[in-house]
Amino acid sequence: MNKPTAKNKNIFSVSEHTVEIITNSGEGAQKCAQIFGQTCAKMGNGVWTVEIIPAEIEPPHHTVTSTSGNIIRFGTDKITNWGDQSKLAVAFNDQVCLSRHRLDSFQDDCIILLESAWENHEDEKIRTMYAEAMEEMSSKNYRFVLVPIEEETLKVVDNPQHGKNMFALGLLAEIYQRDVSIIERQIAQIFKKKPAKVTELNVQLVKNGMAWARENLDFQVDVKTKPTDEDRVVMNGNQAAALGAIAAGMELCAMYPITPATSVSHELAALIENYGGIIHQAEDEIAAAGVALGASYGGKVALTVTSGPGMALKTEFLGLAIMTEIPLVVLDVQRGGPSTGLPTKVEQSDLLSSIYGQHGDAPRVVIAPRSIEECFHAIVTARRIAEAFRCVVIVLTDANLATGVQQFTRPKLDVRWQQQPVDFSPLPEGMRPYEWDHETGLSRRVVPGTPGGQHTVTGLAHDEYSNVSYHPDSNERGCKMRSRKLAVFQSTLMPPEVHGDEEGDLLVVGWGSTQGAIDEAVDRAREQGLKVSSCQLSFLSPLEPGLKEIFSRFRKVMTVEINYSDTLGDAYITEETRRMGQLAWLLRAHTLVDIDCWTSCPGQPLRPNDIYNSIIAKSEEGASK
Amino acid sequence: MSSIPISLLGLEDDSATECLVADDYQKKEGKWCSGCGDFGALNAVKRLLAKEQLKPEKIAFVSGIGCSSRFPHYVNSYGFHGIHGRALPIATGLKLARPDLDVFVVTGDGDCTSIGAGHWIHATRYNTNMTVLLLDNNIYGLTKNQTSPTTPMGHSSMTSPRGTVLPPLDPLQATLGITNASFVAQTADWVPAHLYATLEAAYHHKGFSFVRILQRCPKFTADVFLENVKDPNLTELLVHKEGVNAPGLDKLFTNQRTHDPKDLDEARLLAARTDKLRLGIFFKDGSRPVYDEIRAVPPVSPEEKVSKLEKEFDRYAV
Repeated sequence: MNKPTAKNKNIFSVSEHTVEIITNSGEGAQKCAQIFGQTCAKMGNGVWTVEIIPAEIEPPHHTVTSTSGNIIRFGTDKITNWGDQSKLAVAFNDQVCLSRHRLDSFQDDCIILLESAWENHEDEKIRTMYAEAMEEMSSKNYRFVLVPIEEETLKVVDNPQHGKNMFALGLLAEIYQRDVSIIERQIAQIFKKKPAKVTELNVQLVKNGMAWARENLDFQVDVKTKPTDEDRVVMNGNQAAALGAIAAGMELCAMYPITPATSVSHELAALIENYGGIIHQAEDEIAAAGVALGASYGGKVALTVTSGPGMALKTEFLGLAIMTEIPLVVLDVQRGGPSTGLPTKVEQSDLLSSIYGQHGDAPRVVIAPRSIEECFHAIVTARRIAEAFRCVVIVLTDANLATGVQQFTRPKLDVRWQQQPVDFSPLPEGMRPYEWDHETGLSRRVVPGTPGGQHTVTGLAHDEYSNVSYHPDSNERGCKMRSRKLAVFQSTLMPPEVHGDEEGDLLVVGWGSTQGAIDEAVDRAREQGLKVSSCQLSFLSPLEPGLKEIFSRFRKVMTVEINYSDTLGDAYITEETRRMGQLAWLLRAHTLVDIDCWTSCPGQPLRPNDIYNSIIAKSEEGASK
Repeated sequence: MSSIPISLLGLEDDSATECLVADDYQKKEGKWCSGCGDFGALNAVKRLLAKEQLKPEKIAFVSGIGCSSRFPHYVNSYGFHGIHGRALPIATGLKLARPDLDVFVVTGDGDCTSIGAGHWIHATRYNTNMTVLLLDNNIYGLTKNQTSPTTPMGHSSMTSPRGTVLPPLDPLQATLGITNASFVAQTADWVPAHLYATLEAAYHHKGFSFVRILQRCPKFTADVFLENVKDPNLTELLVHKEGVNAPGLDKLFTNQRTHDPKDLDEARLLAARTDKLRLGIFFKDGSRPVYDEIRAVPPVSPEEKVSKLEKEFDRYAV
């Protein structure tokens, strides 16, 4: 075969590909990736994108800490997670490229399109850094292709900072043969409020990028598309959650800025007033919970949106909401902890604190959506549960879902998802605001404005009349009734589905956002002949029914989670001292099954390959016993 | 209690509701200590509710934690006895959701000026339409005699057995310093006519009406305003046609100063002066932005919401 050239391109046909765009923070990688990802989705590819963002807004450029970027995994079929290493990268400088190399983000034979301006830069310091970076990266077999990104961009615009991303987009469009008309439409949409010239220049940059790639690159990548008739939408988990709140008819969301939850509020702030509601940015996390609770007390089912540290601050208010049985929905977009932890990164860190984070017995519902699509439906479901059971519902997503972009079936909106009007018909004398049905613990909600319903709700122990009561029986009864509601709710749930065979050697149990990566890893292991299945939980409090029975059909059960657990065999770590992953603790307590765990808290989503390796290791461990 | 059951009154026409008297607004007897200033506040509130003939089901009292915060339990209205320091966010959320309700907040010096201080600043700035009663007895009573931010310097308590070491925080100066403050007044439990008139003015003000009610805790700060109670000459009433106009006080309080409640600079100067105790409206401005009014949005029907949201989803369609 002839050596590939620009004229005689080598075309790689693959079922999927992972590409990353890495730049200094502030150079527009997100916008480039957003358009590219959307284009792939619109053309019929399955897509999953992940943001790489520093916690700072714009750290010093051309350093390993300034890396901002986006990973786009797309394929012929549905893509459910960010996958493994990247196969192609566009890097605006050697340092951001080096930072990704150090994180082991690139596949060994990754093709890296690197800005050519630095190799022979006039500044000796930059040349030296470049040389050292290239030396360090030579440990891998990357194929570097130098591209004069800045030089080419300057042919169209004066400031390359606002344009290189579009030239890069052009490179990708040509490499992956994307439909340029889709790209043009999106650029026009993004800049619709700017002068037409802005759109023109951006489109020109894309076209120049395509032309450069056409003339200079000796390869293309062909990822077949599979067009579908199904109505689909593409968005990230925070957008999905925000639209879920609107679809649920929520009319008040109180929040305080916190990463990675804030963009939910951005979406809502842009929309909610057109839907008869408001966003209230409170003075702090505590007040945000208080304002939401006050609105719910007034008859709404309000929402508060936060992340781990904010959850900690809201703790007392959540206890009050539970004690007073006022419906409230809390969306916790989890991040790494403790304390400020990993603000822009992924961790499944709040499971146990969400379930048990109050003093006293404070039963509440905890739901963890397993996909971006479920971020939408979970909020709708949460509102309904909160109202029907007069309880707090916590929805646990994480940065993986919050900032990941994926397409899903367009929801068929239903007017019944919204709250029904409050019943203000007068109540007879002697009415009880906590007229608990003694079997279910359920009682009618009495909202201010209802004649004859006057009473004072209180966080103090109270009787059915909401009278403060220190009588031993009263508190016992209140606790029992509030707890009973959870059991009643659990009776409405179905046992979770098992992915793979219904029985086998190993069952991998996950919760929330890790579903895609776990299932993919399990599928690989099954292809290798291992008898492994998986089961992804989305209801964590109460737990879905039938778990013990499902677990009994497997020789070994192991949770896979993005949080910390000790490793047996490490210094001081024994069966007695080992601290487990959060779901593992929960399931062990709940089922008395000797459940193992494999967890990791790298601040990024789990990779299918890492999970696969843990499955292999666990299987070998099991075999040697 | 009146002979007509309260529960039926909401159904009667307006003329029938005229028969509500102050005691109709009392749900049960207050469980405060004998001699507690909170009783005076409760009496004034009951009088006000009767004067205004408010429907009990359209009133909400929100409180935090402390002796003062037991207040809602004793009023025949809706009530929310919340958590320590956090009545104001609850009340804000309630008023945003239900502008049709008359919202009152009852708080204490520990609840408002210590653990809830952050909310106090911001609630003042939001200027949400509600009436706030700060029952300031200069001490933590319910937890049994600990120093509060307003405890006078030198006063001994369980946490400051050799006397408090810091000058007390002045809630009036603090509130008057907050942007968008719109109603700041001070009154005292030992001058019931003034207390009532002040609450009435506060209720009629549109916005966040902040009333500091000076009072003594009979157990732990029985002495704090003793001089003022004994000698009315140590007190100066702020009077103005736009201020508090309580009848029958002229003979008792000969020190009177005409103060235009619109004059914020003067209000701040007067609040800072320690030569006399001043009662009256320090500042009032009904033209300031009111949060629940600014944020009011027209209702949207469920069907309309669905059709709008469909259009929103079109933006994300692939």
